[in-house]
Amino acid sequence: MTTPEPVSSSFKSSDADWLDRRLILFTGKGGVGKSTVAAATALLAASQGKKVLLVDNDSTGNLAALFEHSEVGFTPTEIYPGISALQMETEASLREYLNLQLRLPLAGRVGPLANAFDFIAAAAPGVKEILTMGKICWEVREALEGRAPWDIVIVDAAATGHVVSQLDAPRAIRELVKVGPVANQTEWIIKILSDPQLTELHVVTTPEEMPISETIQLIKSLEDRVDVALGNVIVNRVLPEPFNRNDSVVFESLKSDAATEILHRNAGLGTDEVLAAAELAVSLRRNQVSHITRLRAAVDLPLVYLPYLFVRDHGLRVTRVVAEALENEMSTGARNG
Amino acid sequence: MGKQIPKKISPSGIEALLTTREILIFCGSGGVGKTTVAAAAALAAVQNSNAKVMVLTIDPARRLADALGLESLGNIETRVPDSLLVQAGITPKGELYAAMLDTKASWDDLVVRYAPSQEVIDNIFSNNLYQNITSRFIQSHDYIAMERLFQLHSSGHYDLIILDTPPTRHAVDFLDAPKRMADFFGGRLLRWLTLPYRAGGGRGGRFVNLASRPFFRIADRILGNDFVQDIAEFFVNFQSMYDGFVERSKAVEQLLHDRRTSFVVTTTLEGAPLREAQAYCEQLKVRNLPLGALILNKLLPDFFRTETSISAARVLIEKMPEIAAQLGSDPKVISDADEISRVLTTITSTFTEYAIVAEREAELQVELSGLPEMVATIPLFSDDVHDLAGLGRVGSRLWVS
Repeated sequence: MTTPEPVSSSFKSSDADWLDRRLILFTGKGGVGKSTVAAATALLAASQGKKVLLVDNDSTGNLAALFEHSEVGFTPTEIYPGISALQMETEASLREYLNLQLRLPLAGRVGPLANAFDFIAAAAPGVKEILTMGKICWEVREALEGRAPWDIVIVDAAATGHVVSQLDAPRAIRELVKVGPVANQTEWIIKILSDPQLTELHVVTTPEEMPISETIQLIKSLEDRVDVALGNVIVNRVLPEPFNRNDSVVFESLKSDAATEILHRNAGLGTDEVLAAAELAVSLRRNQVSHITRLRAAVDLPLVYLPYLFVRDHGLRVTRVVAEALENEMSTGARNG
Repeated sequence: MGKQIPKKISPSGIEALLTTREILIFCGSGGVGKTTVAAAAALAAVQNSNAKVMVLTIDPARRLADALGLESLGNIETRVPDSLLVQAGITPKGELYAAMLDTKASWDDLVVRYAPSQEVIDNIFSNNLYQNITSRFIQSHDYIAMERLFQLHSSGHYDLIILDTPPTRHAVDFLDAPKRMADFFGGRLLRWLTLPYRAGGGRGGRFVNLASRPFFRIADRILGNDFVQDIAEFFVNFQSMYDGFVERSKAVEQLLHDRRTSFVVTTTLEGAPLREAQAYCEQLKVRNLPLGALILNKLLPDFFRTETSISAARVLIEKMPEIAAQLGSDPKVISDADEISRVLTTITSTFTEYAIVAEREAELQVELSGLPEMVATIPLFSDDVHDLAGLGRVGSRLWVS
């Protein structure tokens, strides 16, 4: 299969060392394969000998399954050599925060914490969001200060609709809460998130109508509202181009009456269906290219392409294949860049 | 190959729901084309019956607005002009309306409706937190969607309202939104928290007692004093609307259980969305909510799995040199045997790759045969559905006359 010109990856020159960041976040519309890309990135980082913390913030809890590991909880658990994972739980995060940051052993004192938490989370805007970002950044800070082993923290972050309010939460809260420990806490969270040497956010999408439209909007509002460095747009599930220009002409000639007659005589009437399948593949691909072109025109970020995988299942094998593709794309891009 | 796809999976049947129900709630995970299918269903209803049909979307990405050819949608109910429909080759019998949920505006409406006095309205609107809770607070979307649905339904303007639900990660959250809201406003915790305010005799006594409660002592330390007061004041004001809210939440909940309401779950035949759809169906059953239909979207065409296509692909692979030679030597075919051989190889390998996906889809359809509900299928179209004509094409798969 050949790759035509509109679809070749482009990179910022700095992307050769994209895994040198200490915090990498992935967002994107639901269903585009964000978790798979996050898992593949973790695998790639681990293969370079890095200690990885993989944070599952996408409450379906299927991130560990991509390593064929059972579900994990809030305590980091090794799911693959070099990769520990945790499932974000805001209530557990609050408990930890109260214990560690404020030295308030709250549990069991003020009635059931669950009730109070529900109240606070329902009443105070962004509480769940800040607890999420707080926990993530706290792990990064612990690692920076040598108290946690992570070389890199990789986050399967919230989907398109939520990620802006999540990343914006520290700033929003700082505006609301002008004094007190929480106000102080937001300072260092903002510092970590807004440092491009430390933190980078990638947007995952697929080359389809709605995901591309949403990606364009998301990137605009991220640029407007959020002070986090944007990395690449990772375009996932890119279909192969079946025919180059010359082969397209040959393919057309195979649809002529004379050719059809020969094909029918040899392989039966079903050849029409086989050709129709190829025709479908051609139009699906053409369609994808048009969306990628639209994305390119609207967004000033480097694009990275990952191929559609014609496979039956998910799991570690697929995660490995995606990691390999990601590595190829990134190193090719770095050479070109 | 050769697995039987259950008979009940046929491209028909949704028309029964479109004619007999007053509310259809479309749910499903992100990326399955739920918004498109919901809009297409509305269009099919308008095309085939003399009904006023409203499609209400909550999606913040304004996808429905794009698909309906409207510049923008808001809380305002907008009629899709017949001329646009006719332009797209659709002859409407009924009238098509669309609206998008504006969470903030809907909350404002609610406050105005239930607040006992103008003073309370002003207090709420000027509260720092109110802005944030209504515009940023994600969970409030779920409730307000239900609320808006109720409002549209009780207006009596529409024969059928189709609700495109937010792409929630927890289906249950959405289903439970009215009850949660009622529980919340009626909750002991909230009463306990706002007690010092009420006991203190309204706004004059607002700071009395607060510091004496351990909860507030801790909350003050964590969140800062002003913030806690804002929270408490906000809830004191909201408390005054308690009766209205609870009554309303109950009415909304009742509407969900009404015979005139059905749920339609949309999914593609991919692992994760399908698991979620199955979970959703389960949850509906547990809650005794009526599941009207399951719609399988974006299925690969049947021709990847027919005996004739599979056998043709096999022969093409096995007899490749011979067939290529025959084609190459035919004076009417302009390419030579090498080129033809290369192209045929691509054709057969493309077929084989897609057939793997088609076969997986077929297996999953068999798995679904356990679900007794009506199932409709919509094929994958080679180009996108992004305009009324495209929606009409999808709609014709839902309404088989």
